[in-house]
Amino acid sequence: MPGESRHSEGGFFNNLFRSRPRYVTVQPRSAPVEAPAAGEPSLTAVPVRRDERGRPVYGREVPDGLWTKCEACGQILYTKELAKNLYVCYRCQAHQRISARERLNQILDQGLEEEFDADLVGGDPLQFPEYQEKLRQAREKTQLVEAVVCGRGRIEDEPVCVGVLDFAFMGGSMGWAVGEKVARLFDRATAASLPVIIFSSGGGGARMQEGVVSLMQMATTTQAIARFSAAGGLYIAVLTDPTMGGIYASFGSLGDVILAEPGARIGFTGPRVIEQTIRQKLPAGFQTAEFLLKNGMVDAVVDRREMRRFLARLLRLHRKRGEWCDSRSIRVGEAPR
Amino acid sequence: MTPEAFEWEKPLAELERRIAELRSFSEEKGIDLSGEIATLEERAVALRQEIYRNLTPWQRVQIARHPRRPTALDYISRICDDFIELHGDRTFRDDPAVVGGIGLLDGIPVTIIGTQKGRDTKENLARNFGLPHPEGFRKAMRLARQAEKFGRPVVTLIDIVGAYPGIEAEERGQGLVIAESIRTFSVLRTPVVCAITGEAGSGGALAIGVGDRVLMMEYAWHSVISPEGCASILWKDAGRAPEAAAALRLTAEECLRLGVVDEILPEPPGGAHRDPDKAAAVLKEALVRHIAELLPIPPDELVRQRQERYRHHRSRPHWQMPPGPASAPAATGE
Repeated sequence: MPGESRHSEGGFFNNLFRSRPRYVTVQPRSAPVEAPAAGEPSLTAVPVRRDERGRPVYGREVPDGLWTKCEACGQILYTKELAKNLYVCYRCQAHQRISARERLNQILDQGLEEEFDADLVGGDPLQFPEYQEKLRQAREKTQLVEAVVCGRGRIEDEPVCVGVLDFAFMGGSMGWAVGEKVARLFDRATAASLPVIIFSSGGGGARMQEGVVSLMQMATTTQAIARFSAAGGLYIAVLTDPTMGGIYASFGSLGDVILAEPGARIGFTGPRVIEQTIRQKLPAGFQTAEFLLKNGMVDAVVDRREMRRFLARLLRLHRKRGEWCDSRSIRVGEAPR
Repeated sequence: MTPEAFEWEKPLAELERRIAELRSFSEEKGIDLSGEIATLEERAVALRQEIYRNLTPWQRVQIARHPRRPTALDYISRICDDFIELHGDRTFRDDPAVVGGIGLLDGIPVTIIGTQKGRDTKENLARNFGLPHPEGFRKAMRLARQAEKFGRPVVTLIDIVGAYPGIEAEERGQGLVIAESIRTFSVLRTPVVCAITGEAGSGGALAIGVGDRVLMMEYAWHSVISPEGCASILWKDAGRAPEAAAALRLTAEECLRLGVVDEILPEPPGGAHRDPDKAAAVLKEALVRHIAELLPIPPDELVRQRQERYRHHRSRPHWQMPPGPASAPAATGE
């Protein structure tokens, strides 16, 4: 198989580092992706923590506490064991919500090789009551600047642009900054001809505190995807618990391939609002990943412990025509547009 | 006094009643009271201005929801010289909450798509209170693509609290269809002018609300969520909707200030329901003017400008924290 040797080499390095802290410093093998607007003044309103090499540090190091209670079955789980199982309950297999940092560690070979727009923050366009205070609390709690972390990394050596929403940051909701970061992620990926993977756990949908401005981000992100898609880019949307409202009704739904984690709640309207409207209890399993699979709304439900491997396979299957033609010495014309 | 006068209109209605009384009294008795009547009428004009200048956001929401507020079909019948309604999404069924078709607007053939509320309980049940299912948005997309094929401009008339929150709607992919509709309108190679005539809430409104120009009627509201929804999520109390309406900054003036809409269409005193013909005339003039501006733009450039409209932050410094990034990277990677 073409490229096999490259992958086994990558696999060797992955295994080497897997049980140790993932933040070994490895020089990116390709040139860094150019930021769309060079020389743009960066914001200093929110200090971005950086490591000794000046790279931004996103998210908290480890979850608090020795023990964690499974949200589904109530079992008290030994956190270390749970972490080893990628935060899937080792009794009932329920996928626990994980931070953006944990997600990136699970998926990428070496964590983010470069973070995009780490210090991009939004304003308070509506002067909404208590918004600033909520933002401050969210930043303190999650050690993130905003609800999404975007950047570039590798999955089994395949380079990708990746975005991860963190539910702990105001429910993973999308205000101006989140929308703009996601749009810029696609713009960068278009320029660099890289695939995009977004893990959306945006239970909050569009961020209410930014009102109509956050609603517009559904258009902004969708349009960035439209441009990316027109240029032939591959976008894999991974819907994790929970993906609702304006997140699901924009970039969450627009993947060339849409995956979901088992048991994840995915939908447009929240269950409480539906129950109030129709005045009846919702059926069991409503708005779960499996419900969406049955209704034809996602391509596959993928176990978290298989996710990395699955994504790598998908990425390889989407190699550009040129790459696989060369290796088999077949002459094939231009790919259709 | 009109049948559905609002609480805050009562002093005005009272004054108007007294003027009418005086009139009939003077006619009956043959006494000249024109001086007194003129004074009272002056006061009524001043009072009306006073009342409508100081409307709270929540009062504006009430006007936008007035049961006699003109609906999409009311406007279509007034602004179009000819109109043929087209039905169905070609996949599942015809959604009565969304109406669409081809009409003649001042000689220009246009595709008009709107959300349709009913005027009474029976009509509202048939129209599902103007709350579309996925097939409604699919119908909108189908008609938009049809317009693109024939080079017709698209007009959307928006009056929708939100997409329908129900089991079947979720089963048929409400969120996914909204995303696809936003994408469809974002890349449509023909002019799109959106007019918010009443309510414009959440992704349901945006699904038919992405265009080259977005116009908004004076007493319409536009936000990410209804005031009730906001209040019940934020404060677990839908009764605090008036407070939420203020916090959400959902009025036409605020939307203009936020750079989300391009023009406010003035309504007759008291709201569009007081004089639907006048409201429709204002709407028609604006639609024709904007379409005429957009028609000469080549399709590639039109789509580029439309997408730029949503990324153009320089004119919207308040969207971000000062000092914001100097420019948007929208042009990159296109």
